[in-house]
Amino acid sequence: MNLTLKVWRQKNASDTGRLVTYEAKNIIPDMSFLEMLDVVNEELMQKGEEPIAFDSDCREGICGTCSMVVNGTPHGGMKGTTVCQCHMRHFKDGDVIIIEPWRARAFPVLRDLVTDRSSFDRIIQAGGFVSVNTGGTPDGNAIPVPKTDADVAMDAAACIGCGACVAACKNASAMLFVAAKVSHLANLPQGRVERERRAIAMINQMDSEGFGNCTVTGSCEAVCPKEVSLDFIAQLNREYGKAILKNRMERKLAGGG
Amino acid sequence: MKLDAKIPSGPLAQKWDKHKFDLKLVNPANKRKYDVIVVGTGLAGASAAASLAELGYNVQAFCYQDSPRRAHSIAAQGGINAAKNYQNDGDSVYRLFYDTIKGGDFRAREANVYRLAQVSVNIIDQCVAQGVPFAREYGGLLANRSFGGAQVSRTFYARGQTGQQLLLGAYQALSRQIGLGKVKMFPRTEMLDLVLVNGHAKGIVVRNMVTGKISTHAADAVVLATGGYGNAFFLSTNAKGCNATSIWRSYKKGAAFANPCYTQIHPTCIPVSGDHQSKLTLMSESLRNDGRVWAPKKKGDKRAPGDIPEDERDYYLERKYPSYGNLAPRDISSRAAKEACDDGRGVGETGLGVYLDFGDSIKRLGENTIRERYGNLFDMYEKITGENAYKVPMRIYPAVHYTMGGLWVDYNLMGTIPGLFVLGEANFSDHGANRLGASALMQGLADGYFVLPYTIGDYFVTGKQPKPNPTAPEFTKAVNDVEALTKKLLSIQGNRTVTSFHKELGHIMWEKCGMARTEKSLKEALQRIPALREEFWKNVKVLGVNEELNQNLEYAGRVADFLEFAELLCTDALHRNESCGGHFRSEYQTEDGEAKRDDDNFAYVAAWEYQGQGKPPVLNKEPLVYEEVHMSTRSYK
Repeated sequence: MNLTLKVWRQKNASDTGRLVTYEAKNIIPDMSFLEMLDVVNEELMQKGEEPIAFDSDCREGICGTCSMVVNGTPHGGMKGTTVCQCHMRHFKDGDVIIIEPWRARAFPVLRDLVTDRSSFDRIIQAGGFVSVNTGGTPDGNAIPVPKTDADVAMDAAACIGCGACVAACKNASAMLFVAAKVSHLANLPQGRVERERRAIAMINQMDSEGFGNCTVTGSCEAVCPKEVSLDFIAQLNREYGKAILKNRMERKLAGGG
Repeated sequence: MKLDAKIPSGPLAQKWDKHKFDLKLVNPANKRKYDVIVVGTGLAGASAAASLAELGYNVQAFCYQDSPRRAHSIAAQGGINAAKNYQNDGDSVYRLFYDTIKGGDFRAREANVYRLAQVSVNIIDQCVAQGVPFAREYGGLLANRSFGGAQVSRTFYARGQTGQQLLLGAYQALSRQIGLGKVKMFPRTEMLDLVLVNGHAKGIVVRNMVTGKISTHAADAVVLATGGYGNAFFLSTNAKGCNATSIWRSYKKGAAFANPCYTQIHPTCIPVSGDHQSKLTLMSESLRNDGRVWAPKKKGDKRAPGDIPEDERDYYLERKYPSYGNLAPRDISSRAAKEACDDGRGVGETGLGVYLDFGDSIKRLGENTIRERYGNLFDMYEKITGENAYKVPMRIYPAVHYTMGGLWVDYNLMGTIPGLFVLGEANFSDHGANRLGASALMQGLADGYFVLPYTIGDYFVTGKQPKPNPTAPEFTKAVNDVEALTKKLLSIQGNRTVTSFHKELGHIMWEKCGMARTEKSLKEALQRIPALREEFWKNVKVLGVNEELNQNLEYAGRVADFLEFAELLCTDALHRNESCGGHFRSEYQTEDGEAKRDDDNFAYVAAWEYQGQGKPPVLNKEPLVYEEVHMSTRSYK
C-alpha cells in the first residue's frame, strides 16, 4: 500500500520545526510502523536527504524507547500497544498519517521525533526505590506476600516509562508514571517502610520538573501501552495524603509542631 | 600472551569463600579515593555501578540509551534461575552447577560456574528486598517454573517480564546512588575507545549522542558491561542499538576475545516475514512448559494445522528426547527445528517455521490458566503476526539470541588488560558453548552484585597504579583517533546505505556461520566479509555532520566494527574442528545428528589476540581442567 506521511522535522532543540510531507510507497501490511519509517528513511538517504530521527530500541514493546504521536494519539492508538508493535495491517492504502514527537514542557524535543525524557529518571532518583544496599538481605521467602498484593504490584510495575501518559494529557501531567512506581512499591512489604518519604519526594520532583497537574481525565490510561490503571493515581493520592498527615504528626511528636 | 585464570586452589565448593578471604580489601575511608567507569547499564552494569557506589567508590556510568532503564536486559522474558530448592524437588547448588556445565557442553570454566550457582541464591534475596514483584503462590511464597536443560523447577519469574523487573530493581538501586551523588550518569553517550596508560585501562573516549562532542573520562578502573554481539547477524532478538563497539575496540587495544564462535540460536522466535524485517522477536522458552513443538510428518503439507490429524504430526522433540521432551536445551531444539524445515516439513508461507501448540494444555488447564501464565506473550504474538495463538498454534523458528563468547576474563572478571573488568554477556565466562534458559539474568546480576564488588578492590590494592592524568598524551591520541574515524565515515559519501551493508553482512553470517557451519561455508564467509568491508570503506553513505544528533553516524560506526568482528567470529568457528553446544560444524556429528565434541584437541578456551590491522590474530589457549565433573557426552534422551 501507499501512504502519505506528514512528519515533524526539527533540526535541534532551538529550531522551530515544521511538518514535512513524504510518500511511503509499497508498504507491506506485515511491517511494523517503525519498519515503515525505516523504508522511508532508506529512500531519503538514497536521495541524499537526512533521515527522520526517531527513538527505538528493543522493538518488542518493553524498553519504552519508542515515542511518537501518530494521528494525534501517542503510540498510534492501538490498545495496549507501543508504536513499535503497531503493524501496518491496521492502516489502509492511501491513508494520510501525521507523525509528531511527544509534546510536553518537561520533554523538550532534541531532534525530529526524539525528545529528552530525563525528567522521568530524576523522579525515580528522588525516591522511586527501596533503600537497601547489596548483600545482607533476608531470605526471599522470609516475608510471605499475598499473591493478590504481588499481582497488583506487578500490574503497576509493568510501566515502561515511555511517557505516552504525559504526551496524551492536556496538562502534560506525569501522575500515572509516578503513581505506577509509588503503587508498585507500596503494595509490597519491602517497599512499605519508606512509603511516605517516597511519595512526597517523587511528587515534589515531579512538580519541579514542570509537569502539569492531574485533572483525572483518564487520557493517560487510554494510551498506556501497558494498560496501567487510573486506579493507581487514586492510590498515589491516598499515599501522598497519608504521608503529608503522618509527616505533620511526626513533627508534632518530635516537638516540632 | 599468558592467560592466567587465577582460579583459587582448594576444593571446588570452597574456592570462592577462600578467595574472598584472600582478596585484598580497600578500607571504607579509602574507597572514595577511587574512580570507576562502568559502561552499559543493563543487569550487569547497573548492579555493578550501584553496588560499587554503595561501597563508597566514585562511579561514572555510561549508556547509549536515553535512560539506564532501557538496556536490553529489559527484554528478557522467562525468568532467572537460582538453586533455592524451594520446590523440594532435589535442586542444589551442585545440581545447578552441573546442569550449567553440562548445558554448556563442557566448555565453561568449572570454578566460575560453581560460584555462579552459589551466589544465585543471594540474587533472589537481593531482588526481593528491592521490591521486585516476583510471581507468588497463594501462600505468599515465591513461585517457580521449569526451563530448558533442567529437570527441577528453579526458575523465578515476574510474569513474562522478568528481565524488565530485575532491571528496574537494579536501575532503582542505581538511581538511588545517582540521587545521592555517588554515581554520575551519562545517558545517550557512546563509548568509542578504551584508553590505556602504562598498559592499564585508565579511561574511555565517548561521544555525546546529542551534541556530537567527543570527550574523555579517566578512572582507576574501567568496567565493560556492554552486552553481546548478536547483531553481527543483522537479524537477531537483540535491540536495534545493541553493538560490539566497546568490546571490539577494547580487543583492538589488547584485550583477548574468547570463543566468539559460540553463538546461541534461540529455538522459539517469531519467523521472518520479509526483507523489511528489522529485528526478530523471541517467544519465551517458558512457553515450552505448556506448548508442544511439532511439524507435519508429510513433506510440503500445506493443510491448516487444525486439519492435520494427530497421527500425522511429528512431535519431534518428544520423540527424539523423551526424558526432556519439549524442554530440551536451546541448541538442540534449534537444530531439530532446522532439520525438520530442511527436510521440507516446515510450515507457514516461507516453510521456515514449526508449530508450538497449546491445544493440549488449553484442554487440560483451560484457556484462563494459559492466559494467566503467558498472556502478554500471546498478545505480543498476535500483534506481530495477526494470529490468535489460543486458537491456532504459534509458528516459531530459531533466531540469533545470545552470544556466549566475549572478552576473556580471569576468575576476578578482569580481562587481559589490567584494570579492565568485563561483566555479563560481554564476557565469555560462564556458559561454555551454550547457555541454558534463565541463566543470563543470573550471570549478569551475579557479576554485578556479588563478584565485582569483591574483586575490584584487590586490583586497586595490588595494582598500585598512579592516578590517571586525563591530560596524558594517551588520552589526546585516543580522541584524535576517534575524531579521524568519524571524519572518514562522513567523508566517503558513497552510494550504499549503512543498513544495506549490515543486511548483507547478516545474510553472510546467517547462511555461512549460523545454525550449522562447515569448513567450506566458513571459508566462503572469510572471503566475502573482507571484500564487503573494503566496499564499505569506499562506498558507504553517511549523511549529516558529527556535531548533532546523528543516528546514521552512530550506526555506521557500529556496523564498521561488526564488519571487522565478523571475521574473527568465522575464524574461530573455522579453527574449532568439533561441534559443541551452539557451535555446530556439520562435519562433526554423531550418527543420529548430535554434536560431536573432540575433548582431546579442543577442551580449551580460544582467546584471540589482536596483532594489528590486516594481520591474522594469534590464538592463545586456556586449557579447561575439570576437577569435579566428568566430561561426558551430553544426552537429553
